[in-house]
Amino acid sequence: MTELHADQALQEGKAPTFYLEEEHHPEGSTMLGFWLYLMSDCLIFAVLFATHAVVGRNYAAGPSPADLFDLPLVAVNTSMLLFSSITYGFAMLEMEKAKKNTTLVWMAVTALFGIAFVGLELYEFAHMIHEGAGPQRSAFLSSFFTLVGTHGLHVTSGIIWMFVLMAQVAKRGLILENKRRLMCLSMFWHFLDVVWIGVFSFVYLMGVLG
Amino acid sequence: MSTHAPSHEDAFEAHHGHSHGHEAGHGTFKSYVTGFVLSVILTAIPFWLVMADVLESPVLTAVIIMALGAIQIVVHMIFFLHMNTRSEGGWTMMALIFTIVLVAIALSGSLWVMHHLDENMMPMSPEMMKNMP
Repeated sequence: MTELHADQALQEGKAPTFYLEEEHHPEGSTMLGFWLYLMSDCLIFAVLFATHAVVGRNYAAGPSPADLFDLPLVAVNTSMLLFSSITYGFAMLEMEKAKKNTTLVWMAVTALFGIAFVGLELYEFAHMIHEGAGPQRSAFLSSFFTLVGTHGLHVTSGIIWMFVLMAQVAKRGLILENKRRLMCLSMFWHFLDVVWIGVFSFVYLMGVLG
Repeated sequence: MSTHAPSHEDAFEAHHGHSHGHEAGHGTFKSYVTGFVLSVILTAIPFWLVMADVLESPVLTAVIIMALGAIQIVVHMIFFLHMNTRSEGGWTMMALIFTIVLVAIALSGSLWVMHHLDENMMPMSPEMMKNMP
Protein backbone atom coordinates (compact mmCIF):
# COMPACT_ATOMS: atom_id res chain seq x y z
CA MET A 1 0.00 0.00 0.00
CA THR A 2 2.82 2.35 0.91
CA GLU A 3 4.72 1.46 -2.28
CA LEU A 4 1.62 2.08 -4.35
CA HIS A 5 1.25 5.63 -3.07
CA ALA A 6 4.94 6.28 -3.55
CA ASP A 7 4.93 4.87 -7.11
CA GLN A 8 1.95 6.96 -8.11
CA ALA A 9 3.55 10.08 -6.75
CA LEU A 10 6.80 9.32 -8.56
CA GLN A 11 5.00 8.81 -11.87
CA GLU A 12 3.21 12.11 -11.42
CA GLY A 13 6.53 13.78 -10.68
CA LYS A 14 5.58 14.83 -7.17
CA ALA A 15 7.37 14.21 -3.94
CA PRO A 16 6.16 10.85 -2.64
CA THR A 17 4.10 10.77 0.51
CA PHE A 18 4.61 7.75 2.66
CA TYR A 19 1.87 6.38 4.81
CA LEU A 20 2.87 4.45 7.85
CA GLU A 21 -0.09 2.29 8.61
CA GLU A 22 0.36 0.79 12.02
CA GLU A 23 -1.30 -2.48 12.74
CA HIS A 24 -4.01 -2.38 15.34
CA HIS A 25 -2.35 -3.12 18.61
CA PRO A 26 -4.45 -5.44 20.78
CA GLU A 27 -4.89 -3.70 24.09
CA GLY A 28 -3.47 -5.43 27.14
CA SER A 29 -0.97 -7.74 25.49
CA THR A 30 1.87 -5.18 25.57
CA MET A 31 1.91 -4.89 29.34
CA LEU A 32 2.04 -8.66 29.79
CA GLY A 33 4.74 -8.97 27.14
CA PHE A 34 6.80 -6.25 28.75
CA TRP A 35 6.36 -7.87 32.14
CA LEU A 36 7.69 -11.14 30.67
CA TYR A 37 10.71 -9.24 29.32
CA LEU A 38 11.29 -7.79 32.80
CA MET A 39 11.11 -11.27 34.29
CA SER A 40 13.75 -12.51 31.83
CA ASP A 41 15.86 -9.48 32.73
CA CYS A 42 15.37 -10.50 36.34
CA LEU A 43 17.00 -13.85 35.49
CA ILE A 44 20.07 -12.05 34.10
CA PHE A 45 20.41 -10.19 37.39
CA ALA A 46 19.79 -13.41 39.34
CA VAL A 47 22.73 -15.05 37.56
CA LEU A 48 24.96 -12.04 38.30
CA PHE A 49 23.84 -12.05 41.95
CA ALA A 50 24.57 -15.79 42.17
CA THR A 51 28.04 -15.20 40.73
CA HIS A 52 28.68 -12.45 43.24
CA ALA A 53 27.42 -14.68 46.06
CA VAL A 54 29.91 -17.38 45.02
CA VAL A 55 33.04 -15.28 44.36
CA GLY A 56 32.20 -12.13 46.36
CA ARG A 57 34.60 -13.08 49.15
CA ASN A 58 37.57 -13.95 46.94
CA TYR A 59 39.70 -10.84 47.29
CA ALA A 60 42.97 -12.33 45.94
CA ALA A 61 44.80 -10.48 48.75
CA GLY A 62 43.36 -7.27 47.33
CA PRO A 63 41.00 -4.69 48.83
CA SER A 64 37.83 -5.87 50.56
CA PRO A 65 34.40 -4.17 50.43
CA ALA A 66 35.10 -2.53 53.81
CA ASP A 67 38.22 -0.88 52.31
CA LEU A 68 36.52 0.24 49.12
CA PHE A 69 32.87 1.07 49.65
CA ASP A 70 31.88 4.56 50.70
CA LEU A 71 28.51 3.91 52.35
CA PRO A 72 27.37 7.58 52.63
CA LEU A 73 27.87 7.84 48.85
CA VAL A 74 25.87 4.64 48.31
CA ALA A 75 23.13 6.01 50.59
CA VAL A 76 22.93 9.21 48.51
CA ASN A 77 22.88 7.09 45.35
CA THR A 78 20.07 4.94 46.71
CA SER A 79 18.02 8.01 47.62
CA MET A 80 18.50 9.37 44.05
CA LEU A 81 16.92 6.22 42.63
CA LEU A 82 14.17 6.22 45.25
CA PHE A 83 13.31 9.87 44.52
CA SER A 84 13.28 9.13 40.79
CA SER A 85 10.79 6.31 41.43
CA ILE A 86 8.27 8.58 43.13
CA THR A 87 8.73 11.42 40.62
CA TYR A 88 8.02 8.96 37.81
CA GLY A 89 4.94 7.91 39.78
CA PHE A 90 3.87 11.57 39.80
CA ALA A 91 4.46 11.74 36.03
CA MET A 92 2.13 8.73 35.62
CA LEU A 93 -0.53 10.40 37.81
CA GLU A 94 -0.32 13.56 35.67
CA MET A 95 -0.58 11.39 32.56
CA GLU A 96 -3.79 9.89 33.95
CA LYS A 97 -5.15 13.42 34.34
CA ALA A 98 -4.11 14.10 30.70
CA LYS A 99 -1.88 17.03 31.74
CA LYS A 100 0.90 17.06 29.16
CA ASN A 101 3.15 19.80 30.55
CA THR A 102 3.29 18.59 34.15
CA THR A 103 3.89 15.04 32.88
CA LEU A 104 6.90 16.34 30.95
CA VAL A 105 8.16 18.27 34.00
CA TRP A 106 8.00 15.20 36.24
CA MET A 107 9.69 13.10 33.54
CA ALA A 108 12.48 15.68 33.33
CA VAL A 109 12.90 15.59 37.13
CA THR A 110 13.02 11.78 36.99
CA ALA A 111 15.66 11.91 34.25
CA LEU A 112 17.74 14.33 36.33
CA PHE A 113 17.64 12.00 39.34
CA GLY A 114 18.61 9.14 37.01
CA ILE A 115 21.52 11.14 35.61
CA ALA A 116 22.65 11.99 39.17
CA PHE A 117 22.54 8.28 40.01
CA VAL A 118 24.60 7.24 36.99
CA GLY A 119 27.00 10.16 37.57
CA LEU A 120 27.64 9.15 41.19
CA GLU A 121 28.11 5.54 40.16
CA LEU A 122 30.62 6.49 37.46
CA TYR A 123 32.46 8.67 40.00
CA GLU A 124 32.61 5.68 42.38
CA PHE A 125 33.88 3.38 39.60
CA ALA A 126 36.50 5.91 38.47
CA HIS A 127 37.66 6.35 42.07
CA MET A 128 37.99 2.59 42.58
CA ILE A 129 39.83 2.03 39.29
CA HIS A 130 42.15 4.95 40.11
CA GLU A 131 42.99 3.25 43.41
CA GLY A 132 43.96 0.10 41.53
CA ALA A 133 40.74 -1.73 42.39
CA GLY A 134 39.56 -2.27 38.81
CA PRO A 135 37.58 -5.28 37.60
CA GLN A 136 40.77 -7.24 36.86
CA ARG A 137 42.06 -7.01 40.46
CA SER A 138 40.12 -9.90 42.00
CA ALA A 139 37.13 -12.20 41.47
CA PHE A 140 35.18 -10.07 43.94
CA LEU A 141 35.83 -6.90 41.91
CA SER A 142 35.09 -8.64 38.59
CA SER A 143 31.67 -9.75 39.76
CA PHE A 144 31.06 -6.40 41.50
CA PHE A 145 31.73 -4.38 38.35
CA THR A 146 29.68 -6.76 36.20
CA LEU A 147 26.65 -6.72 38.49
CA VAL A 148 26.62 -3.02 39.37
CA GLY A 149 27.72 -2.05 35.86
CA THR A 150 24.89 -4.03 34.26
CA HIS A 151 22.41 -2.25 36.52
CA GLY A 152 23.99 1.11 35.64
CA LEU A 153 23.71 0.30 31.92
CA HIS A 154 20.02 -0.46 32.41
CA VAL A 155 19.49 2.88 34.16
CA THR A 156 21.37 4.63 31.33
CA SER A 157 19.09 3.01 28.73
CA GLY A 158 16.13 4.04 30.87
CA ILE A 159 17.31 7.67 30.79
CA ILE A 160 17.73 7.58 26.99
CA TRP A 161 14.26 6.04 26.68
CA MET A 162 12.94 8.78 28.98
CA PHE A 163 14.29 11.54 26.70
CA VAL A 164 12.93 9.80 23.58
CA LEU A 165 9.49 9.55 25.19
CA MET A 166 9.65 13.18 26.35
CA ALA A 167 10.24 14.22 22.73
CA GLN A 168 7.36 12.03 21.57
CA VAL A 169 4.97 13.33 24.21
CA ALA A 170 6.00 16.93 23.47
CA LYS A 171 5.37 16.40 19.75
CA ARG A 172 2.30 14.14 19.73
CA GLY A 173 0.79 14.72 23.15
CA LEU A 174 -0.60 12.08 25.47
CA ILE A 175 -2.08 9.85 22.79
CA LEU A 176 -2.88 6.19 23.38
CA GLU A 177 0.45 4.96 21.97
CA ASN A 178 2.46 7.34 24.14
CA LYS A 179 0.49 6.33 27.22
CA ARG A 180 1.31 2.70 26.51
CA ARG A 181 5.00 3.56 26.11
CA LEU A 182 4.98 5.61 29.30
CA MET A 183 3.50 2.66 31.19
CA CYS A 184 6.21 0.34 29.85
CA LEU A 185 8.92 2.76 30.93
CA SER A 186 7.20 3.04 34.31
CA MET A 187 7.49 -0.72 34.80
CA PHE A 188 11.11 -0.69 33.59
CA TRP A 189 12.07 2.18 35.89
CA HIS A 190 10.44 0.74 39.02
CA PHE A 191 11.90 -2.68 38.20
CA LEU A 192 15.41 -1.16 38.18
CA ASP A 193 14.72 0.28 41.62
CA VAL A 194 13.72 -3.21 42.80
CA VAL A 195 17.02 -4.62 41.50
CA TRP A 196 18.90 -1.82 43.25
CA ILE A 197 17.35 -2.90 46.58
CA GLY A 198 19.11 -6.22 46.06
CA VAL A 199 22.36 -4.48 45.10
CA PHE A 200 22.63 -2.14 48.07
CA SER A 201 21.47 -4.79 50.56
CA PHE A 202 23.47 -7.72 49.30
CA VAL A 203 26.54 -6.19 47.64
CA TYR A 204 27.21 -3.02 49.61
CA LEU A 205 25.80 -3.51 53.11
CA MET A 206 26.49 -7.24 53.43
CA GLY A 207 29.90 -6.68 51.81
CA VAL A 208 30.94 -4.05 54.34
CA LEU A 209 29.57 -6.26 57.12
CA GLY A 210 32.17 -8.89 56.07
CA MET B 1 -11.89 -1.39 1.67
CA SER B 2 -12.79 2.23 2.37
CA THR B 3 -16.31 1.30 3.44
CA HIS B 4 -14.98 -1.38 5.71
CA ALA B 5 -12.37 0.76 7.43
CA PRO B 6 -14.66 3.04 9.51
CA SER B 7 -16.54 0.13 11.02
CA HIS B 8 -13.24 -1.46 11.93
CA GLU B 9 -12.13 1.79 13.56
CA ASP B 10 -15.38 2.03 15.49
CA ALA B 11 -14.99 -1.53 16.65
CA PHE B 12 -11.45 -0.76 17.74
CA GLU B 13 -12.53 2.34 19.67
CA ALA B 14 -15.37 0.47 21.33
CA HIS B 15 -13.08 -2.41 22.16
CA HIS B 16 -10.48 -0.07 23.54
CA GLY B 17 -12.94 1.94 25.59
CA HIS B 18 -14.21 -1.27 27.04
CA SER B 19 -10.86 -2.80 27.89
CA HIS B 20 -9.44 0.37 29.40
CA GLY B 21 -11.81 0.12 32.31
CA HIS B 22 -10.43 -3.29 33.14
CA GLU B 23 -6.82 -2.17 32.99
CA ALA B 24 -4.79 -2.88 36.11
CA GLY B 25 -4.72 -0.09 38.68
CA HIS B 26 -2.31 2.78 38.05
CA GLY B 27 -2.08 3.78 41.67
CA THR B 28 -3.09 7.00 43.32
CA PHE B 29 -1.15 9.86 44.86
CA LYS B 30 -1.73 8.28 48.25
CA SER B 31 -0.47 4.84 47.21
CA TYR B 32 2.71 6.29 45.66
CA VAL B 33 3.44 8.39 48.76
CA THR B 34 2.73 5.41 51.05
CA GLY B 35 5.12 3.27 49.03
CA PHE B 36 7.75 5.99 49.08
CA VAL B 37 7.58 6.56 52.85
CA LEU B 38 7.74 2.79 53.51
CA SER B 39 10.73 2.49 51.14
CA VAL B 40 12.59 5.34 52.84
CA ILE B 41 12.09 3.71 56.24
CA LEU B 42 13.06 0.25 54.93
CA THR B 43 16.18 1.72 53.28
CA ALA B 44 17.22 3.90 56.22
CA ILE B 45 17.13 1.09 58.81
CA PRO B 46 19.69 -1.25 57.14
CA PHE B 47 22.04 1.65 56.29
CA TRP B 48 21.81 2.88 59.88
CA LEU B 49 22.44 -0.65 61.24
CA VAL B 50 25.66 -0.98 59.23
CA MET B 51 26.96 2.59 59.31
CA ALA B 52 26.40 3.16 63.04
CA ASP B 53 27.45 -0.43 63.86
CA VAL B 54 24.38 -0.86 66.06
CA LEU B 55 24.23 -4.61 66.62
CA GLU B 56 26.97 -6.78 68.10
CA SER B 57 26.32 -9.80 65.91
CA PRO B 58 27.08 -9.43 62.18
CA VAL B 59 24.97 -12.52 61.43
CA LEU B 60 21.89 -10.96 63.03
CA THR B 61 22.55 -7.69 61.15
CA ALA B 62 22.86 -9.63 57.86
CA VAL B 63 19.58 -11.47 58.51
CA ILE B 64 17.80 -8.18 59.27
CA ILE B 65 19.24 -6.51 56.15
CA MET B 66 18.06 -9.33 53.89
CA ALA B 67 14.65 -9.48 55.57
CA LEU B 68 14.11 -5.71 55.22
CA GLY B 69 15.33 -5.90 51.60
CA ALA B 70 12.79 -8.63 50.85
CA ILE B 71 10.00 -6.58 52.48
CA GLN B 72 11.02 -3.51 50.49
CA ILE B 73 10.90 -5.50 47.24
CA VAL B 74 7.33 -6.52 48.08
CA VAL B 75 6.48 -2.88 48.91
CA HIS B 76 7.82 -1.74 45.52
CA MET B 77 5.93 -4.54 43.74
CA ILE B 78 2.63 -3.51 45.33
CA PHE B 79 2.84 0.30 45.46
CA PHE B 80 5.01 1.13 42.42
CA LEU B 81 4.55 -1.80 40.01
CA HIS B 82 0.89 -2.28 41.07
CA MET B 83 1.17 -6.05 41.19
CA ASN B 84 -1.97 -7.91 42.06
CA THR B 85 -3.44 -11.32 41.35
CA ARG B 86 -6.06 -9.90 38.95
CA SER B 87 -4.07 -7.95 36.33
CA GLU B 88 -3.89 -9.63 32.87
CA GLY B 89 -6.07 -12.42 34.19
CA GLY B 90 -3.45 -13.44 36.73
CA TRP B 91 -0.72 -14.07 34.14
CA THR B 92 1.65 -11.40 35.49
CA MET B 93 1.47 -13.05 38.89
CA MET B 94 2.07 -16.48 37.30
CA ALA B 95 5.12 -15.14 35.46
CA LEU B 96 6.38 -13.56 38.67
CA ILE B 97 5.98 -16.76 40.70
CA PHE B 98 7.70 -18.76 37.95
CA THR B 99 10.59 -16.28 37.95
CA ILE B 100 10.89 -16.38 41.74
CA VAL B 101 11.10 -20.19 41.59
CA LEU B 102 13.83 -20.02 38.91
CA VAL B 103 15.76 -17.36 40.83
CA ALA B 104 15.54 -19.40 44.03
CA ILE B 105 16.83 -22.51 42.24
CA ALA B 106 19.66 -20.57 40.54
CA LEU B 107 20.78 -18.81 43.73
CA SER B 108 20.49 -21.66 46.23
CA GLY B 109 21.78 -24.20 43.69
CA SER B 110 24.86 -22.15 42.87
CA LEU B 111 25.70 -21.57 46.52
CA TRP B 112 25.08 -25.20 47.43
CA VAL B 113 27.16 -26.67 44.62
CA MET B 114 30.00 -24.18 45.00
CA HIS B 115 30.11 -24.61 48.78
CA HIS B 116 30.53 -28.38 48.44
CA LEU B 117 33.07 -27.96 45.67
CA ASP B 118 35.05 -25.66 47.94
CA GLU B 119 34.85 -28.11 50.85
CA ASN B 120 36.02 -31.05 48.78
CA MET B 121 38.95 -29.27 47.19
CA MET B 122 42.42 -30.41 48.19
CA PRO B 123 43.76 -28.09 50.88
CA MET B 124 46.29 -25.68 49.42
CA SER B 125 49.32 -24.20 51.11
CA PRO B 126 50.41 -20.62 50.35
CA GLU B 127 53.42 -22.01 48.41
CA MET B 128 51.19 -24.08 46.16
CA MET B 129 48.94 -21.06 45.67
CA LYS B 130 51.96 -18.99 44.61
CA ASN B 131 53.06 -21.56 42.03
CA MET B 132 49.60 -21.90 40.56
CA PRO B 133 49.39 -21.40 36.79
